[in-house]
Amino acid sequence: MAAEEGQQHPIKLYFLVWGLLFVFSAFSYATDFMDAGYLRWFLILLFMMLKAGFIVAIFMHLMWERYALIYALLLPPIALLVLVAMMAWESDYTWLTRIVFFGAEPYPDPCPPVTHGLPEGCEPPPGLEPPATAH
Amino acid sequence: MASATGGHAAIIQDWSSDITVFKGVPWGKAMMWIFLLSDTFIFTCFLTGYMTVRMTSAEPWPSPSEVFALEAFGVPVPLLLIAIMTFILISSSGTMAMAVNMGYQKRKKAAIYLIIVTAVFGASFVGMQMFEWSKLIFEEGIRPWYNSMGAPQFGAVFFMVTGFHGLHVSAGVAYLLIIAWRIHKGRYDDTNFEIVEILGLYWHFVDLVWVFIFAFFYLW
Repeated sequence: MAAEEGQQHPIKLYFLVWGLLFVFSAFSYATDFMDAGYLRWFLILLFMMLKAGFIVAIFMHLMWERYALIYALLLPPIALLVLVAMMAWESDYTWLTRIVFFGAEPYPDPCPPVTHGLPEGCEPPPGLEPPATAH
Repeated sequence: MASATGGHAAIIQDWSSDITVFKGVPWGKAMMWIFLLSDTFIFTCFLTGYMTVRMTSAEPWPSPSEVFALEAFGVPVPLLLIAIMTFILISSSGTMAMAVNMGYQKRKKAAIYLIIVTAVFGASFVGMQMFEWSKLIFEEGIRPWYNSMGAPQFGAVFFMVTGFHGLHVSAGVAYLLIIAWRIHKGRYDDTNFEIVEILGLYWHFVDLVWVFIFAFFYLW
């Protein structure tokens, strides 16, 4: 059985994946210079998944393991995706509730809760001392 | 390219064999994988909490692109330090993968050197993170409960998520050095050096978590 001899694979493959990870990271960073929008989000998630996939499949050798282990590791995180979906679904409602019932100001707030660089006529909020080292 | 051994038909056989489920996998490696799965849940819960807090915040969320910009040659470059940290972590992942390969080839010296290079990369990552933290704490005055640039939750999430990841990197550096020392002392000489692969699993996971933090915290 291959696994008993350990996960030995051609070193060329590691160099290839290493290079790819650098390229994906560079693309990932480049998205920061794009305008916000669905295309940018798509590219962020695409490069994220590509990087994560190569790290797990090749560097962590998961693609050469038996399915008993692969599924034991990849199925439980589905619960996490459900959690993410539920929390995202609920967030609009929470946000709206804060605006309506807590009187939170939808930004831009004319007097933001800052201690330095306040706009004309704004007092620092009570209880917020300016940090000793702030300039 | 070779794919998963055993095929799909082996899933039921493996799980119903009344002996070890993860066949051909050393115990240490199986346990490391289980630990990493639990760590996945911890980090995902942090990131989900961050998402919830950010999407429900009625106050403006500071733009990470501007907060983490650094001046280079008189021009502010967005996320400069974070990009360098990302590349450092990717480099360390590469040297770690090489170390695992050298371990299975029983080339002890090469494996030890590669592990030490990985540890140096990891330590420099933590150093840069300390620089980033000190900039935010001392120059911007950000605290876990307060943020001069908008939503106070920004501080809470930032220190929590990057702090927990930094703790993992720091622990990883210690783990790398301990294993390198033990290999040097000959503790694993009569094994197949799967300890290097177990070590590698942890280290790659730390890099993996950073991929998600980079995408969701810094690029959002």
